[in-house]
Amino acid sequence: MKLTQLLTSAALALGLATTAVAQDKTKVGFIYVGPIGDGGWTYEHDKGRLAIEEQFGDAVETVYQESVPEGADAERAITQMALQGADLIFTTSFGFMEATLAVAKKFPDVKFEHATGYKTLPNVSTYSARFYEGRAVQGLIAGRMTQSNIIGYIASYPIPEVIRGINSAYLHARKVNPDVEFKIIWAYTWFDPAKEADAAQALIEQGADVILQHTDSTAPQAAAEKAGNVITFGQASDMAEYKPLPRVSSIIDNWAPYYIDRTQAVIDGTWESQQVWHGIGKGMVKIGEITDAVPADVKAEALALKEAIASGEYHPFTGPINRQDGSAWLAEGEIADDGTLLGMDFYVEGISGQIPN
Amino acid sequence: MLMLEKRPQPSRIWTWATPPLAVLVTMIAGGALFAALGKDPVEAIATIFWKPLFGEFAFYYRPQLLIKAAPLILIATGLSLGFRAGVWNIGAEGQYILGALTGAGVGLALYPLDSAVVFPLMVIAGALGGWAWAMVPALLKVRFGTNEILVSLMLVYVAEQLLAAMALGPMRNPDGHGFPGSRNLRDYPSAHNAEIIEGTGMHWGVAAAVIAVTAAYVLLSRHILGFQIRLAGQAPRAARFSGVRPGRLVVVCLGTSGALAGLAGLFEVAGPAGQVSIDFNVGYGFTAIIVAFLGRLHPVGIALAGLLMALTYIGGEMAQSTLGLPAAAIQLFQGMLLFFLLAVDLLTNYRIRFRKKEAA
Repeated sequence: MKLTQLLTSAALALGLATTAVAQDKTKVGFIYVGPIGDGGWTYEHDKGRLAIEEQFGDAVETVYQESVPEGADAERAITQMALQGADLIFTTSFGFMEATLAVAKKFPDVKFEHATGYKTLPNVSTYSARFYEGRAVQGLIAGRMTQSNIIGYIASYPIPEVIRGINSAYLHARKVNPDVEFKIIWAYTWFDPAKEADAAQALIEQGADVILQHTDSTAPQAAAEKAGNVITFGQASDMAEYKPLPRVSSIIDNWAPYYIDRTQAVIDGTWESQQVWHGIGKGMVKIGEITDAVPADVKAEALALKEAIASGEYHPFTGPINRQDGSAWLAEGEIADDGTLLGMDFYVEGISGQIPN
Repeated sequence: MLMLEKRPQPSRIWTWATPPLAVLVTMIAGGALFAALGKDPVEAIATIFWKPLFGEFAFYYRPQLLIKAAPLILIATGLSLGFRAGVWNIGAEGQYILGALTGAGVGLALYPLDSAVVFPLMVIAGALGGWAWAMVPALLKVRFGTNEILVSLMLVYVAEQLLAAMALGPMRNPDGHGFPGSRNLRDYPSAHNAEIIEGTGMHWGVAAAVIAVTAAYVLLSRHILGFQIRLAGQAPRAARFSGVRPGRLVVVCLGTSGALAGLAGLFEVAGPAGQVSIDFNVGYGFTAIIVAFLGRLHPVGIALAGLLMALTYIGGEMAQSTLGLPAAAIQLFQGMLLFFLLAVDLLTNYRIRFRKKEAA
């Protein structure tokens, strides 16, 4: 246990040192899975970081490390930030979970915030957004807009968050267009423009005229633009440079308010471990501008759905919904509980194909 | 004007002087790059090369250096045997993955058995897994004359798919709420590749790397097989006359490098990484190729090159978070190292002469 002791004492020494300086500066660190210029997931987290800088000015210093591989290297990157005196560290990818916990145990005085995970400690919180709410709106537009009735979906990894997104989009596409069919490609990456472009191309060749993506780059947008007559949605970020076509709308992750809140809590000494899962209502998920490429009535319908979700009047997973194998999941009017949603590992009825495993 | 004159023999001095020279030139060019990005070049270079070793937090970084260098050295040592003999195993990354899968597979299958045999069994399984994956290109080459470069490289992608399938399927943590990734082997003491001496970074993979380097040194300088490997690389015809069987050499070289890569994968998955996850491999198998050449295919050189490479990784990460250098600049910096090494290698084989222009 020598190392742990050494690290703890170093952390304590630093803790003391930072309290001495804390009057003027709080240090907030960010660990990113992709480059800050990915135009999607990491780009939005970095906008949150910049929002902290703007909000607190000289009272806060931020540091970040980009393109950190998920695995053994992440643990070193996080430790490094803790050693250098960070008071609050955001680790912004699911794959950083084990590493975040391991480091958090060695630095009990440093606060950690892990995005999209499920394990917490007294000094580790988790936070995520209910992206599936945005997917519902997206699914509705996709179902209305498709001519070929084939919707392509570029999925990243078969984890509950991604499966939830597919299910939500599918349910709401089918609701407005019973003939709709989903073709899903698993890219096994969050960010790989070449792979994502290949996947988009393959889907277009299979007849898809709507491409939904759960990967972070703008490569699918570019592929759709080149193909013509294919519409897309911005993922994680607005991807506004592809407006008005192929990008007809987007799901935007809006982390800034949460990041500012948590930084404030650390400054005030009121930070506590929690698990947060906010949606459209709290503004963590935003729907980007729906362009004029979408007919006015469809746009109105989509905005109405968004409002209903935001006000809590409607939940995207409201029964009756069956599982893919035909067994009943939610009865008429029943609403899915968060536990099932967080661990979702099945498709809903109507989606063809298997979840890889 | 400048003239290049081929040396009758590669220069012995330059063979050993070019790697340090390449490092030096990289520092200068890298410094210029960092300066162009608006950072203090001296501070950036110091952060990469000096701070991890002698800075404020060296107590943490020195052990990390060993952890990062061990797989590189282990894999590069194996590769160097083949490279000397003209057997090109480019797929160490795949063998690394397979070793991790078979080794971790044994550990996960025995969970939660508490026994001292678990870890040794995993080590054997890891070596066998890497060896078996390398046997595919070896046997195809010996039997059908296929190109081992292509086959071994292609098998990396197959291995990556297999890794994803394992992390999502058979090896998935039953208590993991449906998320991909296996149980964390660090929470399973019998299977954990823990540090031999706490706080030093010395896990069994580091010990294995030291043994591999020593064994390779003895093999190459004292053993008939080492002689045959060197001969086959330098003079294939002469080698055949002196009784070297090329097929056997291919099998031995690919098998050894595969087994060492497999071991590296096992030690990584049971220690620093902890679990079989989709993104388990981070390119050690490819970086090891650079390490092998940077180390002049010599075991001692490889050990030094592995440590240097690890230093640029760790220092590079540090420069990112403390100086705000972009990740791409660090990768560029590492790439420069190989680029300049290949460039200054010219001096090994050629002499530079200053000559007056002769009248036509």
